[in-house]
Amino acid sequence: MIVDINFVGLIIASIMASAVPLILASCGELITERSGVLNLGVEGMMIIGAISGFALMTVTGSLIIAVLGAMLAGVLISTIFAFLTQTLITNHVATGLALTIFGIGISAMIGKNFVGIPGKEFPVLFEGLKDTIPLLSPILFGHSIVFYFAFALPFITSYFLKKTKIGLIVRAVGDSPESASNQGINVRFVRYACILYGGAMCGLAGAYLSMIYTPQWIENMTGGRGWIALALVVFSTWNPIKILIGAMIFGGLTIIQFHMQAIGVRIPVQFLTALPYIVTIIVLVVISRDSRKIRLSTPSSLGKSFHKDN
Amino acid sequence: MIKIVKRDQPSKAIFFFTPVLAIFLTLIAGGIIFYILGFKPFEALKFFFIVPIADKYGFSELLLKATPLCLIAIGLSFCFKSNNWNIGAEGQLTFGAIVSGGVALLFYDQEGFYILPIVILAGAIGGMIYASIPAILKTYFNTNEILVSLMLVYVSKLILDYLVVGPWSNPEGFNFPETRQFSDSARLPLLFEGLRIHAGIFLALAAVVISWFVFYKTYLGFQMKVSGFSLKTAKYAGYKGKKMIILVFLISGACAGLAGVGEITGPIGQLHREVSPDYGFTAIIVAFLGRLHPVGIILASLVVAITYLGAETAQIFMQIPKYTGQVFQGMILFFLLASDYLLFFKFKFIGSKK
Amino acid sequence: MHKFLIRSFVSSLVLLFTLTVAAVAKDVKAAFVYIGPTGDHGWTYQHDVGRKAVEAAGFKTTYVEGVPESADAERVLRQLANSGHDIIFTTSFGYMNPTNKVAKEFPNVKFEHATGYKREHPNVATYAARFYEGRTILGTIAGTMTKSNVIGYVASFPIPEVIRGINSFTLAAQKVNPNIKTKIVWAFTWYDPGKEAEAAKALIDQGADVIAQHTDSTAIVQMAEKAGVYAFGQASDMDKFAPKAVLTSVENNWGPYYVDRVKAVANGTWSQKDTWHGIGDGMVVISGLDSQMPSDLQAKVKKLQADLASGKVHSFTGPIYDQKGNLMVAEGKTADDGMLAGMMTYVKGVEGDIPK
Repeated sequence: MIVDINFVGLIIASIMASAVPLILASCGELITERSGVLNLGVEGMMIIGAISGFALMTVTGSLIIAVLGAMLAGVLISTIFAFLTQTLITNHVATGLALTIFGIGISAMIGKNFVGIPGKEFPVLFEGLKDTIPLLSPILFGHSIVFYFAFALPFITSYFLKKTKIGLIVRAVGDSPESASNQGINVRFVRYACILYGGAMCGLAGAYLSMIYTPQWIENMTGGRGWIALALVVFSTWNPIKILIGAMIFGGLTIIQFHMQAIGVRIPVQFLTALPYIVTIIVLVVISRDSRKIRLSTPSSLGKSFHKDN
Repeated sequence: MIKIVKRDQPSKAIFFFTPVLAIFLTLIAGGIIFYILGFKPFEALKFFFIVPIADKYGFSELLLKATPLCLIAIGLSFCFKSNNWNIGAEGQLTFGAIVSGGVALLFYDQEGFYILPIVILAGAIGGMIYASIPAILKTYFNTNEILVSLMLVYVSKLILDYLVVGPWSNPEGFNFPETRQFSDSARLPLLFEGLRIHAGIFLALAAVVISWFVFYKTYLGFQMKVSGFSLKTAKYAGYKGKKMIILVFLISGACAGLAGVGEITGPIGQLHREVSPDYGFTAIIVAFLGRLHPVGIILASLVVAITYLGAETAQIFMQIPKYTGQVFQGMILFFLLASDYLLFFKFKFIGSKK
Repeated sequence: MHKFLIRSFVSSLVLLFTLTVAAVAKDVKAAFVYIGPTGDHGWTYQHDVGRKAVEAAGFKTTYVEGVPESADAERVLRQLANSGHDIIFTTSFGYMNPTNKVAKEFPNVKFEHATGYKREHPNVATYAARFYEGRTILGTIAGTMTKSNVIGYVASFPIPEVIRGINSFTLAAQKVNPNIKTKIVWAFTWYDPGKEAEAAKALIDQGADVIAQHTDSTAIVQMAEKAGVYAFGQASDMDKFAPKAVLTSVENNWGPYYVDRVKAVANGTWSQKDTWHGIGDGMVVISGLDSQMPSDLQAKVKKLQADLASGKVHSFTGPIYDQKGNLMVAEGKTADDGMLAGMMTYVKGVEGDIPK
């Protein structure tokens, strides 16, 4: 079999396209978790973003309004979570699950009038350069702006957490809310901000699905990607750069599987689909057994409520 | 002026009052949503909460729905009481269904009184095996049980998918993704002619009684409660951490596995891709709404079961979108969690005097 | 033109029924149980178009959408049977066992199950469409329009219905172009836009310049549009989702059958049967042909359509060999319905194995 390098480029490009929603949602959730909050509502926030983006695009006709609106919708729905877990000190796990169940239900309700409508074409950048460089062209050019943003985001997130003062504050809050609070940091405020940011990114991830990836609205169209995004944060050991790699692996499995089918190699689909979850568990075991490693990578107060007594 | 003050002790009265408050608030919010969608709120609520259970058949369907929810939630209450966050009951249910379904398929062309007990036992063991994974990883590798149990849900669903599409699919079924039908001896007996409510309800009731006994009459129950409060007090009370974690996970896995058995040997009668409409996740709502109390869980499972039935009835008779069921489930939990604030804090009215 | 004829035939039928029905028993109520949302623009959407034809014929209808093929289906069926519906259409394969079970308890209610094979009680009928006839036409178009000689095919589950479609498509394509190669990927879903789009993209990257699908969402034709290759609409006319890519669609037209059966209940002439209608009876309809198709191809397709309708041409006419070269259908013979219904082998020319 002759392997055409352009063909390899095309495959990598489609794998990257499928990784976009995972990167966006995971990077958002990573910031939330870094501040010590476990939000299991990723799937719910994504689906709300998907319907909001699609509905706004159909109603207003403006792609910019639609994308920003989807992010805003993510922020609004995550505000419920933030209010409950931070102000009313509710259990993170239960609140996150409620958010997902609620999000799937409410999105289907809103979406009732938007099923079966074709989406609009989303503009792509650098389309003219598509055939200039072998291998790299399909990877580098001809994608939507959200695509480029998604691949920049892990680096921005990494810089933010490591080099900026606000980033350090977020980590301090996640590692030890008590001492952060003693140093005069408003823990609740920081966590609110991180939750809402996570909501915005999940909203964007959903909008990417309904407006760019498969431009239409379908009930439940996130199809479990929110849970994969959650797994991805753990898989990456809370390191944004590793999210990039993980998202390519997780997102690419389905695509590789289809290519293998097309050339006649057959592996049970279900096995490949299950792989991200199994690998995540293994990673979790590896980092957790070593108490030093876990202290280095995991936000220590993850999922624990913090309430400052007055 | 109103000031929020922390209570010295969580209020016991409010502890049992807030679930009722949450349901009440959900009804109001639901009515508002119906109104916004252009439906008559009271009529919609009637079709949602009353019509589905107005006759004998409807009531039996309510019990049929509530059975797996109650069973799983009872199991979860062991975990949650001792501060173990098993949120993978859906996976344990699925794996229980796989193991018991596999056993039932071995006997597909046989009859005999011994088949059903073996099938039921297989389901409980399946659920326990699956629940033991997060438990063992937590105790020996310090792994977060929330994430592990959650990930395992999807793995189990894919295992089921693989089996019913491939090796276990009915050889006479033209490759459709489903197994053979189980023999009658592998089916839970129906309680009444013409109704679907089956003997599985006794498993749920037995779980309720046993859990009540364990929680309130045994030293184990006391230890569990103590370990739920904080590790320090638990150690003081002679608490054996690792054993406890594994024990509660096994109990909870067995219950979820039994719920899976109840579904496939009760109303379904075979394995296919959709064994459970997320009972394992919904049961978490039930456990919270029931305040982890056996009697509370019975009541909560009935309330939550109605949201499933009501969503169907409201769609058939009023064309209300069926997803309202999930919206209600999400809202109940939101309101419940929010009103828990009243447990620990109270509003104090302070006069204008300085 | 043909489509116009069928459409006008249907609407005159509908009108006729409306007039006759007005004189007969009026209060027959029909219910429809759907697997997906009515807005899927595929399988369920087309059944709902059929339901609307029943409404237009003067009958009351109820529908329930998104009914899972789980233990819940039985309750929904029972509720419908119990609330005054006289005939219930269950429009997905997975409702087969619940349909038969509920039918036993309600002998006076008629049940019509789509795509199944069990008729355990006298009040259960089954119906399906000969979609493979439509695929003969798609294969002819694909074989002519491809330049790369690689045709992609996104399949759902390896059941006879889908295998039959692949075979019929490949036989037709090879007839016009012996050099073509059909690459098949199995998505193991009927409806999952993300997955379907990824499957289509993989096939396009593998060099396919025409994509056929046996899954239900519009994601595949949208992907084809983006990549600049041809595709075919499934179940409904998907032209508006991908105006450049879609050459034609095979539409499922259930309306005439539904009206017919509901009317039979009203007249008291309903009886159990197994219906399998194709292009000739108007249950399978070919949408308008895209102008990108050369005119001689368009003429050929129209002729083929007419011949399939009249029975002059059969999708499975011998000699047909299986992959190993064994004779399946002898020269001059056509495959009988029994063989078609249980078709579980690929014909010669299809690559790969049927997944087990």
